[in-house]
Amino acid sequence: MPDEFAVELINVAKQFDQVVAVDNVSLQIRDGEFFSLLGPSGCGKTTTLRMIGGFEMPTSGNVLIGGEIQGFKPPFQRPVNTVFQSYALFPHMTIFDNVAFGLQMKKVSKSEIKQRVNEMLELVQLSDVGRRKPNQLSGGQQQRIALARALINKPKVLLLDEPLGALDLKLRKAMQLELKALQQRVGITFIYVTHDQEEALTMSDRIAVMNQGKVLHLDTPEEIYEHPANRFVADFIGETNFMEGKVSQLNEERVFVAVDDQVPVPLLPTRDVQLGQVVTVAVRPEKLSVSAEKKREVDIPGTIDEVIYIGTDIRYIVRITEKTTLAVREQNRGGLSAQRFSIGDHIHIGWYARNASLLTE
Amino acid sequence: MTKRLNPQAMKTPFRFKIGRYILTAHGLLSYVFLYAPIIILIIFSFNASKFVTGRWHGFTLIWYQKLFVDEAIGAALRNSLYISLVATFVSTIFGTMVSLAMERYNFWGKMPFDALLYLPIIIPDIAMAVMLLLFFVMVKIPLGKLTIIISHIAFDISFVAIVVRARLAQFDSALEEAAQDLYANNWKTFRYVTFPLLMPGILAGALLAFTLSLDDFVITFFTAGPGSSTLPLRIYSLVKLGVTPEINALSAVMLLASFLLVVLSVWLQKGGDGKVDFM
Ligand SMILES: Nc1ncnc2c1ncn2[C@@H]1O[C@H](COP(=O)(O)OP(=O)(O)OP(=O)(O)O)[C@@H](O)[C@H]1O
Ligand SMILES: [Mg+2]
Repeated sequence: MPDEFAVELINVAKQFDQVVAVDNVSLQIRDGEFFSLLGPSGCGKTTTLRMIGGFEMPTSGNVLIGGEIQGFKPPFQRPVNTVFQSYALFPHMTIFDNVAFGLQMKKVSKSEIKQRVNEMLELVQLSDVGRRKPNQLSGGQQQRIALARALINKPKVLLLDEPLGALDLKLRKAMQLELKALQQRVGITFIYVTHDQEEALTMSDRIAVMNQGKVLHLDTPEEIYEHPANRFVADFIGETNFMEGKVSQLNEERVFVAVDDQVPVPLLPTRDVQLGQVVTVAVRPEKLSVSAEKKREVDIPGTIDEVIYIGTDIRYIVRITEKTTLAVREQNRGGLSAQRFSIGDHIHIGWYARNASLLTE
Repeated sequence: MTKRLNPQAMKTPFRFKIGRYILTAHGLLSYVFLYAPIIILIIFSFNASKFVTGRWHGFTLIWYQKLFVDEAIGAALRNSLYISLVATFVSTIFGTMVSLAMERYNFWGKMPFDALLYLPIIIPDIAMAVMLLLFFVMVKIPLGKLTIIISHIAFDISFVAIVVRARLAQFDSALEEAAQDLYANNWKTFRYVTFPLLMPGILAGALLAFTLSLDDFVITFFTAGPGSSTLPLRIYSLVKLGVTPEINALSAVMLLASFLLVVLSVWLQKGGDGKVDFM
């Protein structure tokens, strides 16, 4: 038998009337993993999550949880729990009863319920709110209660749909770390939906980047950031410079792309590219540096078009050809070593060949 | 109050002030017009004179006393309560079910069905009364309490459905999904989440139905048979023989009861967004 996955999707598709929300997605989520579904609005993240939870049935394909085919099983028969975006706490019940709900439905004894609810409230650091109603809690507190209400059932997998979406930025950042720490402590598989790339990068073990119902890239945050699989992923996650060109030279060690048919850019050899093929070179602004003369392996002369001061960084927009400009981010170290350039200066942009990616789609 | 919060209000131009006074006066007059007859009716129910109009002869409770020992009125009251309670009970169940079906499911022919549901609210009472009477004669059900109850259920359902649906429309379906996610099957989800949250709406609908049943005259008049006279019918037959202060007293009592029921119903509907915790 192959490795058992916490959750596996095999060729899952979902169609609503005319809209294909999820298009033939296959995923394998490992036990104990913090797995994120990341993508722009409407790309099918929520629908994918809802098919795992049983709130939506796939038009075709299979959902497996713990190696078991789920078929048309309703949510209450699946060993997963959900933290809803709106929290969906029961407004007519106390916090204690909210958290106890799952155990009550499973007919756990009263004394055990009491003990486990109290433990759970302690875990989310809200021991003393048990007798309040949900509308007497702040947004952040409600969020924790929603988490406690799901976690108390010790699910195999916890599904979270943008659980921090309603919180302000500061609280959101704090909760990100808290959630991640909690996940590591309880060791439950988390499947986390977000459209915030920074959030996904910070928290996840692996990320599936989705667009238009398809998974475009599935890997660790580092791989996705450093070596995006295609143009969409490179663009969606972080900031990227794109250069268009044709492959002009190929050898064992380097591939050369003639950007705008003039500037040759060396890259590490990748997969199967052919001479003359139209490709895109992607490189992140913080990987570039600006200097008065040649300093790095890759070196392209250019002219400074714009200088933007952002406090922590200085951002240069450098024109390298008629059509193409590159954004460069230099850390604002200050002091004598930092040389500042101004508009119109003729400079060199440098980077290491390994930091650029060659994209064919 | 608002003046302190809103400096704009202090600078209201004079012509707007006049406008406001006229509006206020107009509103007050409307109320006088609506409630003056009622107030006069109540006042004269305490008048120590056999005649309903004219002079004030001093305060008395005798008409109320007479009311409570009157056999015929007692019987009518029992009929009224019995009919209203049964009609309310049945129409609340059906009205709630129909509003759940309308709000939750899509089925063929939903639109016309939806429109038909609200017809009894719009249609003139007299038309409905005649239709019902013809129907009962046609299917040969003898006129009596049963036919009154059936008729009341027929219009009560619409009112219950409207009130419950208003409540359902603001219901967050994620709450039901959350219950399902926490191992509650369909029945338990309804029992522990949907029903308690709908309860204020259902109670408000029931109270409205009860009030309407209790007060209904036209439809009851057409569908009643011997021995099934309700309070409004009784009042009518008494009035035909001449108005006595006893009728004033009876009307005052009914008015008070209806008023309390309506206030309770409105209060229940307003106790919105599931925050009501009298459950
Ligand atoms: N019940 C539904 N009926 C019809 N179309 C739907 C339904 N649910 C989702 N869709 C459509 O499916 C697509 C994917 O929706 P989904 O909610 O999965 O997106 P999402 O990635 O979660 O987006 P967001 O970040 O905005 O929440 C959208 O085009 C949406 O309009
Ligand atoms: Mg979504």
